[in-house]
Amino acid sequence: MIVVLVETAEGGVTLVSREALTFARDVAPGEGVQAVVVGDLAEEIRPQVLGQLGELGVAAMHQAVDDRLGRYAAATWAAALVDVAKRQSAQAVVAAGTPRGNEILAHVATRMGVAMAANVVAVETTQPLVVTRQVVGGAALEEMRLDDHVAVLSVAGHACDPAAAETPTDPAVTTYSPGLTEADLRAQVVRTEPAEVVDTAALTDARVVVGAGRGAGGPDGFDGLLELTELLGGVLGVSRVVTSLGWRPHHEQVGQTGSRISPDLYLACGISGAIQHWAGCQSAKTIVAINTDADAPMVTKADYAVIGDLHEIVPAINEEIRRRRS
Amino acid sequence: MVDVLVCVKRVPDSSGQVLLSPDEQSVDARHVGFTTSPHEECAVELAIQVAAAAGGGATVLTVASVDATAQLRNAIAVGCTSAVLVEADPNRLGPADVAAEIAEVIRAHEAAGRRYDLVLLGNDAADTGDFQVGVRLGYALDRPVVTGIATCEVQGERVVARGEGPDGTEVFELDLPAVVTVSEGGVAPRYPSIPGRMKAKKTPVETRAAGVDPVGPARVRLKLMPEQPSSVQVLGEGPAAAPAVVDLLEQLGVLAR
Repeated sequence: MIVVLVETAEGGVTLVSREALTFARDVAPGEGVQAVVVGDLAEEIRPQVLGQLGELGVAAMHQAVDDRLGRYAAATWAAALVDVAKRQSAQAVVAAGTPRGNEILAHVATRMGVAMAANVVAVETTQPLVVTRQVVGGAALEEMRLDDHVAVLSVAGHACDPAAAETPTDPAVTTYSPGLTEADLRAQVVRTEPAEVVDTAALTDARVVVGAGRGAGGPDGFDGLLELTELLGGVLGVSRVVTSLGWRPHHEQVGQTGSRISPDLYLACGISGAIQHWAGCQSAKTIVAINTDADAPMVTKADYAVIGDLHEIVPAINEEIRRRRS
Repeated sequence: MVDVLVCVKRVPDSSGQVLLSPDEQSVDARHVGFTTSPHEECAVELAIQVAAAAGGGATVLTVASVDATAQLRNAIAVGCTSAVLVEADPNRLGPADVAAEIAEVIRAHEAAGRRYDLVLLGNDAADTGDFQVGVRLGYALDRPVVTGIATCEVQGERVVARGEGPDGTEVFELDLPAVVTVSEGGVAPRYPSIPGRMKAKKTPVETRAAGVDPVGPARVRLKLMPEQPSSVQVLGEGPAAAPAVVDLLEQLGVLAR
């Protein structure tokens, strides 16, 4: 049996958790997948969550309930997962490779005295379990043995698409109180300061991302790009050089040390396409590159390209969109 | 006074072409050189800021071959006050081994009267990307640990740490001593000064032999992504290509509203 940490948001089970639930089936085929939800589940999303879990073939949903779970602490969430994993003699504990998922699984692996594989993209063999995971910021892959009594692994964002199970289920719901200690509460969120205008999920969930790199030229070089973003109802994403130079804030960064995106369209403007950036954008369904250098990696790896200066091309695209809409 | 220990890793500079060693166990960095993990450059910056604000010292530590002395000296050049090298072959250590080695140094220093109120690490190494050394260290020392922090400051007996969560900026307050792992984005690493570089040359590096019997990494082998032949379709050059781009946007269904 595989235990999967399920995170929820307004729309029910998050996209990356649904990916993890889908991926978990391959870790031990035929073994069954069970979900762990930590803390209260808002009544308005509860039916949706159970529907999504059923569609993904999840046999059971274990809901950890304790007043002290209200504020996030990685150790309490890990305690909730370890509780189910031990009771159910789980073969594996799986979560999405989000910052939170990786943090919680590091606690789980340490508590259970086993190895942990972060950012897994594929299962090579199941007996013994050998997985492939992203290393060097996605520039290389590592095959890793997970032969402890329980395998702990996080699934890299967009390693697979969520897919319905062959046989949908009606998940059995149980609530339980994980044994928490005072030590588990030592690193708990004391307060959350609502982001001023920052929606951290906006980039990862965006359908259209307009990307900007060094070719933007400076902090004043984003007007056309922001207008295009607006016209497409998308989100602006930038390369590391743009944030390092202070042209745009860090939360807009796409790549190894920024967000990993999987939009329908990624319009990469003035981005050379270093490996660290590619690691964050390679899951885009269609990539269009605009670049002065026809040999830039972003151009050669893209599906479509326009060769030239983004400061001439982007305003022309904006103008053409406005013309067709009027 | 607050004394900080900051742990860094020497990693291959992966901004260029990544090659593998013939035994497929490590990245061949002969042609690209080495650097410090980006998250750890920010951890070093925070260590210097925290130590300076509280009148303490910032000690930089690495578990690596003697070549990583260069990364230790870079950290001294920007403001760290002392350095420790635990000499080991990093390719033969797993994340649990690295955490155990760091814990050994902390215990040994504490036995000699040098206490670290705060231990900072990078959230994940740029090469192995294990995401767990800091958490394992927290458990080994029985200290509170939080990961993925952008900024932190010491207030009295606590460290106040801020990081991005799913609903905004999450604030943590951990009693000292504590372990905090840092993600890039909250602070900008400073550049070394000329006097800093001079000092870095003169500061002795405490070198210790690795003392823990390693579990080793669970690595079978490294491999590179299969090289995909380019299948790019060039829509045109310059602004004249705009109609072709907008045709494509319509075709992809991203233009409708």
